[in-house]
Amino acid sequence: MSGQTATAADLGRRARLTGLPPGALALRVAVTLVIAFVAVWVAYKAYGEPRTFVIVGLNGLTLAGLYFVVASGFTLIFGLMRVVNMAHGSLYMLAGFFALELQTTLTGGETTSAFGSSEAGLGDWLIPLIVACLAVGVIGLVMQQLFLRWNQGQELRQALITIAISIIIADQTLAHFGGIAESLAAPDVFPESVDLPFSNLTYPFFRIFVLLVAIAVGLSLWAMIQRTRFGMIVRAGVDDRQMVSALGINIQLVFASAFFLGAMLAGLGGVLGGTMISVDKANDTQYLLISLIVVIIGGMGSLAGAAIGALALGLVDSFGDVYLPAGYTNYSILLIFGLLVLVLAIRPQGLLGRPG
Amino acid sequence: MNRSVLTIERALWWGPGLLFVLVLAVAPLLFSDFYLSQVITKALWLGIAAASLIFLAAYVGMVSLGQVALYGIAGFTMANLAAASGGSPIAWSPWPATLAGILAAVGAGLFIGAIASRSYGIYFLMITLAVGVLTFYFFAQVTQLSGFGGVNNVARPGIVSNPVRDPQNLFYIALIASAAVYLFVRYLARTPLGLALQGVRDDPSRMRALGYNVPLLRMLAFGLGALIASFAGILSVWWNTRISPGSIDLARTIDVLVIAVIGGLYRLEGAWVGAFAFAALDNWTRGLDIVGQRFNTVVGAIFLAIVILSPGGLMGIWQSITDFLASRLSGRPPARPSAGPADEARAASDSPQPS
Repeated sequence: MSGQTATAADLGRRARLTGLPPGALALRVAVTLVIAFVAVWVAYKAYGEPRTFVIVGLNGLTLAGLYFVVASGFTLIFGLMRVVNMAHGSLYMLAGFFALELQTTLTGGETTSAFGSSEAGLGDWLIPLIVACLAVGVIGLVMQQLFLRWNQGQELRQALITIAISIIIADQTLAHFGGIAESLAAPDVFPESVDLPFSNLTYPFFRIFVLLVAIAVGLSLWAMIQRTRFGMIVRAGVDDRQMVSALGINIQLVFASAFFLGAMLAGLGGVLGGTMISVDKANDTQYLLISLIVVIIGGMGSLAGAAIGALALGLVDSFGDVYLPAGYTNYSILLIFGLLVLVLAIRPQGLLGRPG
Repeated sequence: MNRSVLTIERALWWGPGLLFVLVLAVAPLLFSDFYLSQVITKALWLGIAAASLIFLAAYVGMVSLGQVALYGIAGFTMANLAAASGGSPIAWSPWPATLAGILAAVGAGLFIGAIASRSYGIYFLMITLAVGVLTFYFFAQVTQLSGFGGVNNVARPGIVSNPVRDPQNLFYIALIASAAVYLFVRYLARTPLGLALQGVRDDPSRMRALGYNVPLLRMLAFGLGALIASFAGILSVWWNTRISPGSIDLARTIDVLVIAVIGGLYRLEGAWVGAFAFAALDNWTRGLDIVGQRFNTVVGAIFLAIVILSPGGLMGIWQSITDFLASRLSGRPPARPSAGPADEARAASDSPQPS
């Protein structure tokens, strides 16, 4: 009798120590079954139509690249400052509109086409990219200095402030740029498409380019955070802000730089996405949602988590649209919801997030 | 001190509220039909939506941005089940459809609560926002249930009458629903469940040590919040006679948040105070040339100013005024009329962290 009680208490304690609530085993089994079912379904479809699988898979990977660029800025800002920048999607959208405006001015407005014959020279794409990124970076910096510097630690208040800013940006964007969705022209030095080494498939070059940029961004952020003095301060700041400033480091300067960088990444995403897909007044909601989901899946503040989250979201997004049974493809949003539920059920803090 | 004593503080605090309710009770005699419908009735159902947010924030410490999605689930479920143009071809009579809408929202609330209840503070806010925006995209994409055109000409129960030609009925229904929600939450706060929820708000880890199932309590609270939100959803469909994804998009989510924050995120009364301020401002600025189509910029700027200057919102400002007046009139140092959730306003700007 007493032995049994002890065992039960022991189990309870062990469950608490490992953070597993009762029923966790059943949950794990259910999650494993769901993942196995999805894997089998995708494999079955892939076997039936390998060409579709390759194209859809590449679509997913390149989307994931774009999502990663955007979400890495979001997670960088959160990781260091605990600021949830609800205006991140707005910065993305602004960069797209800035670049579009500038490109139209530079080329005389004869270029708009997603992947069609491009009239834009390299400069007509690169200059808007740089200007838009810098402009959005400065907007982010001003935002941080004016509204977020003096209330550090008040997470909710800071989130509300960035929401207020996102309302104003959305309304002003609508006023100045109108609501028509357009695409930036990719530079004409880029080939339109590339031949894949199998099945005689071609694929849009710019989407591959976005994936390469995302990998470069990821590697440089990683190198910066792991290998430079700035990154060392950032990592120390994530762990203990007060101690860092007590050591004589100007943490405010680090915060400002990180916010600038994070906003620039939103801007880079905006120009890449504006060329790859389109510039649209609904981009702010869309990319705020994407940033949120990527970091909820991957874990707030984790760069590797953002990469995993972006990959998961990009692949689910692109396969969901195609691989659902015919007639149900418009339910694909439920798959993303399912992904979110799945991750939160096992790890509320995200796959690579730290507990607490 | 006897709790029933009418002190100056209490009179200053409750007096204007009572006056407000009395004016509302005879509002159809005082205001034009247009104003009654477009400002007052709208403010009442927006107030209920904001109340569901404030209930969760003030009593359970959960700031949710999913309330508009939940009211959308109630609204869309009812609109699809009742006779309407667009949506599913099912045509139930209005009352069962209404009940089903409320149940669907509560069910969705419990489910979302179950997945989000182990996250706290800003994480919880992000998860509920993500779920809210996903709900918007769901109804925008699934043409079987809505699509961008939405569901139009939703059949209403006879008692609601025509909200445009005959707005008094819907006004009184919204008023009664608002009063019921207010009294329900005030009552709930004194029940053992309500006290446990407030304990979870103040210190989740201590509540867990006391043997409470904290995630379960938070999930139940989210279900109750969904129940309140569902009333707003039903009323909004009756008021608009339609519902579309545009009724539950991010801008609408932010509107409800703005209302709650302008009113005061930590006082239940703030929901309707904020809603009236919002609806009146909306109605007033539309006539102004300077503002014109840029209503949202004005709202954003006011929202920004409130968050920066007075995180307690209008109720916070009012509280400071009554404290000041009471101390002047009674000659005693200021004392708060009731140790309510308003006291959390400052503290709760740092959301509770799990241990």
